[in-house]
Formats: sequence, structure tokens, C-alpha cells
Amino acid sequence: MEIGVFTVSDITRNPVTGATPTEHERIKAAVAIAKKVEEIGMDVYATGEHHNPPFYASSPTTILAYIAAQTERIKLSTSTTLITTNDPVKIAEDFATLQHLADGRVDLILGRGNTSPVYPWFGKNQQDSVELTIENYNLLRQLWDNDVVNWQGKFRTPLRNFTSTPRPLDGVAPFVWHGSIRTPQVAEIAAYFGDGFFANNIFWPKEHYQQLIGLYRERYAHYGHGSADQAIVGLGGQFFMAKKSQDAINEFRPFFDNAPVYGHGPRMEDFMAQTPLTVGSPQEVIEKTLSFQEFFGDYQRQLFLIDHAGLPLKTVLNQLDLFGELVLPELRAEFAKRRPAHVPDKPVHTTRKPSPVPASV
Amino acid sequence: MKITVVSAGLGVPSSSRMLADQLSTAVREELSALGETVVVENVEARDYAVDIANNLVAGYAPPALASMLQGITESDALVVVTPVFSGSYSGLLKSLFDVIDNTALQGMPVILGATGGSARHSLMLEHAMRPLFSYLRARVVPTAVYASPQDWGAGNDDEQPLDKRVRRAARELAEMVGATSAPRVRDEPLASLPFEDLLANITRSNR
Repeated sequence: MEIGVFTVSDITRNPVTGATPTEHERIKAAVAIAKKVEEIGMDVYATGEHHNPPFYASSPTTILAYIAAQTERIKLSTSTTLITTNDPVKIAEDFATLQHLADGRVDLILGRGNTSPVYPWFGKNQQDSVELTIENYNLLRQLWDNDVVNWQGKFRTPLRNFTSTPRPLDGVAPFVWHGSIRTPQVAEIAAYFGDGFFANNIFWPKEHYQQLIGLYRERYAHYGHGSADQAIVGLGGQFFMAKKSQDAINEFRPFFDNAPVYGHGPRMEDFMAQTPLTVGSPQEVIEKTLSFQEFFGDYQRQLFLIDHAGLPLKTVLNQLDLFGELVLPELRAEFAKRRPAHVPDKPVHTTRKPSPVPASV
Repeated sequence: MKITVVSAGLGVPSSSRMLADQLSTAVREELSALGETVVVENVEARDYAVDIANNLVAGYAPPALASMLQGITESDALVVVTPVFSGSYSGLLKSLFDVIDNTALQGMPVILGATGGSARHSLMLEHAMRPLFSYLRARVVPTAVYASPQDWGAGNDDEQPLDKRVRRAARELAEMVGATSAPRVRDEPLASLPFEDLLANITRSNR
């Protein structure tokens, strides 16, 4: 089980102080948060990708490479990398390079993006979103898994005798997760290739995610990668805690009430009851997180959103200190106890084998 | 057979509710005459006003709203009645249908009704409300029923214009429901073609 944090990289006004951090401050804060993630014993730091304000993370591999140089243990990941509008050749090259620099501590979560204009900005059409995902990922696999690629498709200029360099570290491409909120075709892609499936999970109803993850697990087994409960599942989550529940609630409420994605809407108490958000004591965070395993089955990656909605860096670092001290050991012990022996723990670079593209493609 | 009656009236009692009740009574009678057992479910949009706004803001339906919306989409027919506000149907009604999946009402038989301060707003039903349900690919009966204040005191024991319109709409709905014994076809929300077919379809469309 891997436990870590993911950021959407928003630059949001702190509703308590009224101060808005600069891009520079937020980018440096990302590095500080990632180093704290390593310090407290978490496993993963993942950054989003956006190409418009108020987000700073347009160049994820640059950020992750800098973090890789200042950490030794944590895995660097993305949340998510846009498989629709990025050139698959550039993704193959950038992440293989990062993989070498970080000695294999790299994987990525692919997504389709959530801003309509990003498609035209990169010369694409949003209506092609699912087709772009399918074609681009199919090409990305070939670029990593085959030394020489001859390829022709609908959306990109053909490739003749092309070799993507550097080749993946040890001949093993970075592990890939496919993120989706509602698209069953993405679950199908993940299952076909035996890749991971990441459900953002920030909004419920959980029944919806149960269906989507269920579809992925069923198709994973169909393609012979293992049994349904051996499929590789990742989930998002969200918390704000203090030793005393009421302190957490009081401190987080102004950030919740003004948050860009759900502020000025539901009451925080209702949102907590209806979504994965926990605002409360460490024990409440533990209980809520373990409930995910009960809803979705044994899973391999848990990422938390902790630095959004204008929360200042100092608060975020304190949250992580608390998490490392009071939540992480409990979660690790309990997840380990619950996971049956035949369910994989997590994908690890050194134990993964080079895997060629299925012959039929 | 389940009929859900959605009223977007705001007052208690509201004239939209009165019209909705009149329509649902007539629908029940017409369907009973065809041998159907009818269950009528009444929904007041105002009871869900905050949940609907929260759904728009936060992107998911809170439990009470989710279960109400499921009740609508699982109905065999709908009666939808709104007051006329600023030349159109109520914004709350639009928001309610905005948070329903836009394929969930395909093929749904629907009666439209509206109430207003004078008869001058009656064509709102044709120019504003009918297109909304056309967009949702619902099947709207030809007669939409408008009730102005005068309608509640018009006519005599033999001839009541509002009753006549209500009866005609109800009969049209009963015929429509009776004519379709097959369940409505809905898009399967969570299914995918196998990966190789997905890929092959792109290649095919590129030729």
C-alpha cells in the first residue's frame, strides 16, 4: 500500500488572511511539501497538470525532477498527466528521462483534463477526447515497449523508424495508472493493459465509483492479468485534522466555505457525511480512510489532497507532521492486516518485468 | 405504473400544485380505464431548492435529492407544472432538470402544464418549455395545459374549458403510455466496447 499526497496546484486566496500566494511561493511550497512527505514516511508525491490560471503546474516533469534531486525514497507521480493534449512522444521522452534521474521512482496517472479550452489551445477537439486517449496511450505504450516504432494514426503525424530516447530504465517503462471520474472506456484501457486505475474519489456518490472500479476489476480479470481483486486500484481522499475534532472543524471551515470547487455550496458537515472528506481527529481520519477499503476492496494507493483552497504552507506542513505521527502508522498496520496474501501490495520498479505490447495490437 | 408529478410552484398552496393535481387525477382516471394500476408520486421542487443549488455548485446530488431524481427517471410518465416567471418556466425547474443526466429522460411520456397571472403567457409552454423537453428527447403530448386565474372560475357545469384541456392532455398521455409496452431504451451508463474495438473504430473513422 502506498500512501501519499496529490495536488491540483491551485493558487487560491487564503480566506482568513486575505493573502494570495505568488506562483513562485506556491512552486517552492510544492517542493517543501514533497520533502515533508518523504520526511514523515509517506510514499508518493503527485502533481496535477494545468495550462491556465489559477494553477501553476504546467510542467510536471520539471517540478518532479527538482523534487527527485532532493529526495531519496518517495515516488514521484502525476495527478493527472493529460494524455489527450500532450504529444505521446513527449510524454514518453519526459517520463523516461525522469525515470533515469530518479532511479525508477516514477510513475504517472493519465487523465483527460477538465478545462474545455485546453483542447483548442493544443490544437485538439474536445469531442475527440476519448479517441485521443485511446490512440495516444496505445502509441505511448509502443514508444516505451518497442525500441523501434512504425506507427500511423488519426491525430498525429506518422512515425517511421522512430526510437524514443532515453529508453525506459532497465527496460521497464514507468507504471501507468488511468484516472477517470466517469468514463468507462478509461477503465477498459487500464484493464486491457493490466495498468492501474485511479479513482479521484473526491466527490461521491461512492456507488458510482464502486461501479467504475468494479468494471475495471472485472475487465482486468477478463484480460487474464489476475483475479478481479488483484487489479491495481488507487483512490483519492481529503482530510484536515487536529488533535481535537472541534479545533479541526473551526480551523478548516473558512477554507471549506470558500474553496473554489465546492465553496458557497453544501454545509461542511453534510459534505463530510456525503464525500470522502474528513475534518476531525486523527482517529476519524483513520476510520474514514479504512472505510474506503470496505467500499472498494483492497487497493494499492491512497493519495490525499491537502494543499488546496488557500491553506498556507505552514498549516499543510503541520497537517503532514500530525499525519506522520498519529495516522500513518495505524493506517499501514491496518491495511497490511486486511490485505490477503494474493493481493499485490503495490507496483515497484525493481520487481516489474519489461512487458511487450500485447501481440494483437 | 408510476407517474411522477413535478410542481415548481412556490406558494403553499400554489396554483401550479392545483393544476398538477388536476392533471394527475385525470391521468390516473384515463390509465385506470385502460386497466393500469397507477401510483402517483408528487414532487415539490421547492422542497429540494437548496439541494439542487448544492448539486450545481458541488457536482453531486445529496442523498434526498438523489433519491428524488431516481424516482423521476424511473417513472413511466411525468407531469411537469411550473409557474411562468419573467416570460419562461421557473429557474428552479430548469435547475432541477439541469442536474438530471441529459440522457435519462429519453422517450419519457410527459405532460407540460403552466400557471400564470394572465392568459397572455400561455404560449410560454410552446416556445420555452417544450424545447427543453425536446432537448431531453422526452415525448411530450401535443396538448400542453395552461391555467390563468380566470380558468379557475370559468365555464359552467356542462362546459369547463380548463377541464377539457386537462382531459385531452391526460388522454393523449394514456394513449402514449398504452402504445409503448416496451420499457424505455436508456443509454447504458457504465459500459465500454472492448479495447481493440475502440482502437479499430478510430482507424475506421480515419479512412
